[in-house]
Amino acid sequence: MRAVFKRELMSYCYNPMAYILIGLFILLSSVFFVINLYGANGDFLWNLEMMRFILVFIIPILTMRILAEDRKTGTEVLLITSPVSLTGVVLGKFFAAFVVFLAMTVITFVYPIILVAFGASITPPLIGAYAGFILIGASLISVGVFASSLTENQVIAAVISFMSLLIIWVIEPIGYSLGGIFSTILNWLSVFSRYNDFAAGILNISSIVYLISFTAVFLFLTIRVIERRRWSQG
Amino acid sequence: MIEIQNLTKVYGQIKAVNNISFTVEKGEILGFLGPNGAGKTTTMNIITGYIPSTEGTVKVNGYDIMEDPKEVKKRIGYMPEQPPLYMDMTVKDFLDFVSDLKMVDRKKKRSQISDIMELVKITHVKDRLIKNLSKGYKQRVGLAQALIGSPDVLILDEPTVGLDPVQIIEIRKLIKALGKEHTIILSSHILPEVSAVCERVVIINRGEIAAIDTPENLSKGLGTVSKLSVTIAGPRSSVIGHIKEIYGVKYVEASSQKDKDVFTYVVESDKDLDIRRPLFFAMAKAGYPILELKSIGMSLEDIFLQLTTEEKEVH
Repeated sequence: MRAVFKRELMSYCYNPMAYILIGLFILLSSVFFVINLYGANGDFLWNLEMMRFILVFIIPILTMRILAEDRKTGTEVLLITSPVSLTGVVLGKFFAAFVVFLAMTVITFVYPIILVAFGASITPPLIGAYAGFILIGASLISVGVFASSLTENQVIAAVISFMSLLIIWVIEPIGYSLGGIFSTILNWLSVFSRYNDFAAGILNISSIVYLISFTAVFLFLTIRVIERRRWSQG
Repeated sequence: MIEIQNLTKVYGQIKAVNNISFTVEKGEILGFLGPNGAGKTTTMNIITGYIPSTEGTVKVNGYDIMEDPKEVKKRIGYMPEQPPLYMDMTVKDFLDFVSDLKMVDRKKKRSQISDIMELVKITHVKDRLIKNLSKGYKQRVGLAQALIGSPDVLILDEPTVGLDPVQIIEIRKLIKALGKEHTIILSSHILPEVSAVCERVVIINRGEIAAIDTPENLSKGLGTVSKLSVTIAGPRSSVIGHIKEIYGVKYVEASSQKDKDVFTYVVESDKDLDIRRPLFFAMAKAGYPILELKSIGMSLEDIFLQLTTEEKEVH
């Protein structure tokens, strides 16, 4: 797993795509931050809430080549015929993408620090909101990794994961508009609505467990997809 | 070293590999020969654990690929037809990654990589990105990748495809040299390659084994006649008349004229009859000197065509 992780991270470093994505992410989050400042709002939570939505666009591009490319160029043969387990390969790749996402997130620490310099304070909701943001990011990355395992075409992988993330995003609003029991169920299912607990400063174990399980399930499905393809074709 | 028993692979309706069995001894170079689509790559993919078989077993050094995939994979270096290279890495970084992947001891890693780079002659391009290398160099990096971790078994799928003649000769030499320390299975649809490099040949056609033998035995064992090419000085019709009188000669024909009254004849005789001695004495008696005499074995090319078109069973 370590070897795959290292190589994947290196590949992010060598390719312009990761830098473009990080740049885009910073640009958009800065725009939100400036809007925040114009509203004379010292609360950074609103910012993080908006940044969640940027992930819907950024993560499909971050993860699109992660498995699709190996299949296209034939390096999948090397990975599968080497004495590394398939789980190790998928986890290594997932963590590489996750680390890039963490790097993006860490850069945005600069905004709350600016706010603190002007008198705001670091509150439990802020720390909670970041923890929630990171866990949601992990969940979305696992969906992206899964989409990338479905095809050898990176563009198709990106489209599949973008559509999936969009669906995951609209679950919450749909729940609200339906109301009643649907609202409760969809709200519970929604990855994004899990953020609200964190942002309220509540460390809800069920939310943490839900997000980690969500990630694990998609990574498990990814392994199954690759395994199944090995059996059905050459 | 490698035991393959009743290997079968079915894709939907198609039997890509049908009940193949053979063994490869330690230190042997085995050629895997067959037309395109015969099932060579499928068989190799199964041996290396890339795809599972539908039926049958593959054992490497006693370990079953289905039961102990990790042990088998540790012992095999695989170079697929399309070398598995990460184009965005430099040669050195890539080999470093493969070493980690194959769990090479950290202390040995560096010296092993430089030895292998030296062996396949890629040391001078070690800092270049793989995507900028020529086809021949990519092929060598592919071979280097298979050598990492010093596996007992090397499986090379069409190792010389797409190379220029000079590179082909170099790679063949390299494979022969590697055969001293590794057990090698090499696939090819190019016949001279197999006869030049391999000690034993498996001819495969439509997923089934058509023949297994040494290249020499294959060329001896087939056909019903043995052929001689003989150059004799003497008037053509008289020479042919004398040759025809020899017991066992079935057919004789002057194939080319070398000089005035010097012809090369092709003589066919019964397979198990050696007519070289009677031929010599007959010509000596008639006073026609033999200038050249050699037997024409069937080339692998002929055997291959015969086996794959008539599907004649030899073994």
